[in-house]
Amino acid sequence: MSNEKYLEVKNLTVEYVTSEETVYAVNDVSFGIEKGKTLGLVGETGAGKTTIARSILRILPVPPAVVKGGEILLNGKNLMELPESEMCKVRGRDVTMIFQDPMTALNPTMRVGDQIAEVILHHENLSKKEGRKRAEEMLEMVGIPAERYEEYPHQFSGGMKQRVVIAIALACNPDLLLADEPTTALDVTIQAQVLEMMRDLHARKNMTMILITHDLGVVAEMCDDVAIVYGGEIVEMGTLRDIFKHPSHPYTVGLFGALPDLESDRHRLTPIEGLPIDPTLQITGCKFKPRCPYATEECGKAAVQAQELTPGHFCKCLYPRKEVR
Amino acid sequence: MAPLVELNHLKKYFKTPRGMVHAVDDVSMSIEKGQTMGVVGESGCGKTTLGRVLVHLEEATDGEMLFGGENMVDVRGEKLRAFRQRAQIIFQDPYSSLNPRYTVEQTIQEPLILSGRYKRKEIEQKTTELMNLVGIAQRLRLSYPHELDGGRRQRVGIARALALDPEFIVCDEPVSALDVSIQAQVLNLLQDLQEAKNLTYMFITHDLSVVRHISDHISVMYLGQLVETCESKELFLKPWHPYTKALLSAIPTTNIDKKMDRIILKGEITSPINPKPGCRFAARCIYAAEACKEPQQLREIEPNHFVSCCRVEEINELKA
Repeated sequence: MSNEKYLEVKNLTVEYVTSEETVYAVNDVSFGIEKGKTLGLVGETGAGKTTIARSILRILPVPPAVVKGGEILLNGKNLMELPESEMCKVRGRDVTMIFQDPMTALNPTMRVGDQIAEVILHHENLSKKEGRKRAEEMLEMVGIPAERYEEYPHQFSGGMKQRVVIAIALACNPDLLLADEPTTALDVTIQAQVLEMMRDLHARKNMTMILITHDLGVVAEMCDDVAIVYGGEIVEMGTLRDIFKHPSHPYTVGLFGALPDLESDRHRLTPIEGLPIDPTLQITGCKFKPRCPYATEECGKAAVQAQELTPGHFCKCLYPRKEVR
Repeated sequence: MAPLVELNHLKKYFKTPRGMVHAVDDVSMSIEKGQTMGVVGESGCGKTTLGRVLVHLEEATDGEMLFGGENMVDVRGEKLRAFRQRAQIIFQDPYSSLNPRYTVEQTIQEPLILSGRYKRKEIEQKTTELMNLVGIAQRLRLSYPHELDGGRRQRVGIARALALDPEFIVCDEPVSALDVSIQAQVLNLLQDLQEAKNLTYMFITHDLSVVRHISDHISVMYLGQLVETCESKELFLKPWHPYTKALLSAIPTTNIDKKMDRIILKGEITSPINPKPGCRFAARCIYAAEACKEPQQLREIEPNHFVSCCRVEEINELKA
């Protein structure tokens, strides 16, 4: 399977450098996705998920962001080495992104339809009229009547704004979609509508997708593969079944334990003790060590290497757990 | 035993240029001492307004609010001050609900000083106790909110709410802004405090797994009205109102072997401005019929299980 990767990220390292401190946001992250699959990037606030996605599109705020190293291969082409003019063609056409907050991702002074048409006209040699027609089709596709083309974002509800953001992202039939917490700002019933729509579009267009989220329930529904991110590193990666049935890294196990569950009657949750690590510190060894109930001296001595537990299931821990959920 | 909090036909309307917003419309419920009432619903359903009315941050438009048997809707002055010492609120967003110019110590001490009950020395001592109780290290006494992470800020908010030993606390989405690992710490803390001090909670949230975990009873709200209320476990076993059914089916679960039959609702929540009489959910309901245009009553279908839907027996194949 390893030869068929559509997107491969190799040894990506990103830091945010200011005169006062350096934030080690992404540390030597590598992963790959096959064409047509959905990868879930799961982690808490500040784990580096969004930075990974923005690095792929090369839309990190520079400065303070500094890409220290790594390769991003899209269909074998290294995006890191493309000149900016080429990259502009990739963005919006080959790779697009759905941003987290639909309330701020749209331009408040521009008609929603024009915001969709803008992307299409940028990438394709169409007349304004044809662009508008395509934009209207996109609106209909995400379930908004084309009559609302002329309206402004403030006239739309949260769920509808998110649909517009999705329509913009999908306007040029991208091959790779980066969805950064696409439903976090929405209510559950609206979230169900949007996820249903994304699943449907994903199946119809054979898109490859990276879904960034902190919600394990959403991951269970949408993803084929899962990568768990902690402190800017992927600590565990595998298929959905690997991660949800055989979580091995103590952090992954901890995440499941901390989640209130609709089906069990546990009286108490098992929180992960302590706080997420300070990303300005350079730590040798395992980043999760201070919060880990199984940690030993050994964990802090050297960088922990990922081991392959079963084919395709990687875990960065010296003492992987073996429980079955 | 008489319930600690009892609401009878409580209403809160807001006047806007476009008409009356029926934020809370004819809500009745009761909460027993030492128990937790979970209130769930989507954004804009009036759950936060309900909580704010309960602690007198908003004045009710109409209805009764009995607190230990005494109607608190119209209390003013000294009586209101006394009431506020008994009923407190924990706010949703620990990033904006703390005064950025107050240290942790000042935030916790403010209610103690204002109450006029304590001497300077007692205040110092009580602050120390409260900080220990909610798990904030003493070294953070002089820290400002921006120096703390979300979980610690929420602990400060909890300590402030507990300062005057209230009997009743409205928890308005206290963990929504927190990460999962921190959320579990705060939920456990709230449970411990409840057990230690026999506190009564109204727990407002949109997260159904959290509400199931922490509540004894649950009320489901839709556009200002209660559509279903019953014991927490019962609601998940027998969700009878069509909206409750859709809401529960929409939760993504982490059980990858179980496929949920999902009910996808059409459309979005309608406007709470001058709503028409009749069932407010009817526009999105798959079971809507002619009879739904009549005003709906909250009816006791089984002991302590109330549903506001005229077709509930039919839909769920219950005996009338």
